[in-house]
Amino acid sequence: MRSGPIRVLVAKPGLDGHDRGAKVVAQSLRDAGMEVIYTGLRQTPEQIVKAALEEDVDAVGLSIHSGAHMTLFARVKRLLDEAGLGHVLLTGGGIIPDADRETLRAAGVGELFGPGTPTAALADYLRSEVARRRACAEDGGAPPTG
Amino acid sequence: MTETQSIVAGDRRALARGLTVVEAGGEEAAALLDALRARTGRGRRIGLTGPPGVGKSTLLAALVRLERAAGRRVGVVAVDPTSPFSGGALLGDRHRMAVEAADEGVFLRSLATRGEPGGLARAAPDALDLLDAAGFDTLFLETVGVGQTEIEVASTADSVAVVLSPESGDAVQAMKAGLLEIADVLCVNKSDREGAAAFAGDLEAMLELRTGGGEGAWVPPVVRTDARVGAEPLRDALERHFVWLSDEGRLAGRRRRGVIARLSGQVARRVARRLLDRSSAILAREADAICRGERSVLRGVARAAAEILP
Repeated sequence: MRSGPIRVLVAKPGLDGHDRGAKVVAQSLRDAGMEVIYTGLRQTPEQIVKAALEEDVDAVGLSIHSGAHMTLFARVKRLLDEAGLGHVLLTGGGIIPDADRETLRAAGVGELFGPGTPTAALADYLRSEVARRRACAEDGGAPPTG
Repeated sequence: MTETQSIVAGDRRALARGLTVVEAGGEEAAALLDALRARTGRGRRIGLTGPPGVGKSTLLAALVRLERAAGRRVGVVAVDPTSPFSGGALLGDRHRMAVEAADEGVFLRSLATRGEPGGLARAAPDALDLLDAAGFDTLFLETVGVGQTEIEVASTADSVAVVLSPESGDAVQAMKAGLLEIADVLCVNKSDREGAAAFAGDLEAMLELRTGGGEGAWVPPVVRTDARVGAEPLRDALERHFVWLSDEGRLAGRRRRGVIARLSGQVARRVARRLLDRSSAILAREADAICRGERSVLRGVARAAAEILP
C-alpha cells in the first residue's frame, strides 16, 4: 500500500478572489503533517486536474465562494475521472447550501465544509478518507464513492 | 504494458506514479530506475538555486517559456522545505508558475525535502532521471540554496545557475554560503532594483580573484535579469555553458563526477546508519563516561569510532 505523507492539492477555481480560506486550509494541513500543493487563484478545472495528475495527490480540495460550486465541482470530478484519477478524493469548502452538498455527494464528491469548520476536522477527515482509499487501491477494488 | 513501458510511451499518469515510487526510495524505486537507466542521459539538466525571495520561481517560469518557444519539452522538479515541526510541507511553485504549468509540454513535480538527512539528495536527482527517461528535453531542478543538501543537489546538474538579488547582501555573503563555488552562471535578478549593477560588479571581481582553471577553463559569467520581463540573458549564458561542456568530452566527465558524488554521499549515509544501528551499546557506554566527567566528547568520538571500525 502506498505510504508516505498525504499529498493534497489546494486550489481556487473560478474568478472570485477570496483566497484567505484556501491559504488558512493549506497552512493547517501542512501543520497536520501533509504535503500541500498550493496553486493559488483563478485556476481552471483543466489546470487543477493536470496538477493533480502530475503531483500524484491523494486529494484535491477546492475553495469556492462564487456560487459556481455546482458547475466547478462537477467539472473537476468529470475531468478527474477521465484522467484516470477516479480514486482521488475531491473535497472542499466555501459557501455551499446543504441541498447542493447532497447533490454533489451523490455525484461522487466527498464531504464539503462550510465557514466555522475547525481546521482539525478537515485534517481528521482527510486522514481517515485517504487511508481508506489507499487501502482500497491496494485491494484493486473499484474507486470508492465519497 | 508494464509501468516502465507506459512511462517511455509518454503516459503522464504512469510517470506521476513512478515519481511517487522514486521519491519513496527502496527496492521498487531501484527496479524502476534500473529498467529505465539505458534511456537516461538524453535530457539537458539545469539546476537553479539561491536564497529565498530572489525570484527563482519567476525566473524559472521565464526560462520554461523560452524552452517551450524553442519547441522543447520541459520537466521541472521544484523542491520546497518540509517543516521540521509537523513533517508537512507547503509546496508553492505551481502558484508562481501557473501559466507554464498548464502547458501540456511541461511536467512539473513538487518535492518536499522530507525529514531524513540526505533524503532529498537521493530523491531529487532520481526524480530527474525518471523525467529524463520519459523523454523530456530540458530538465530543471529548483532548490532553495541555503543548506548543504540543497547545494549538493543542485551540483548534480549539467549547468548550475545561482540566482541572487541586489537584496542578497554583498558578495562576501554569497561567498560564505558556498554558493559561488557551485555556480556555472551567476544571475543577479531584480536588475531594476537599486544597486544591481554594483552588486553584479562585486560578484565579477570576486570571481576574478578565484584562481585555478587554466587554459580553456570555464569562467562563470555574471548576468542580470528582470524575471518579470524575461530570462534571455540567463538562457544565453546557460546555452554557452552547455556548448562549452559538449566540447572535448567535458559533459561525460561532469556527469560521471555527478554520479560519483551521488554514490559517495548515499553510500556514506547508508553505511553510517548501519554501523550506528549496531553500535548503540558503544555509544551508550561512551555517553555515560562523558556524563560522569571521565572524558571529553572529542575523546569519546575517537574511542567509539576506533572501536566500531578499527
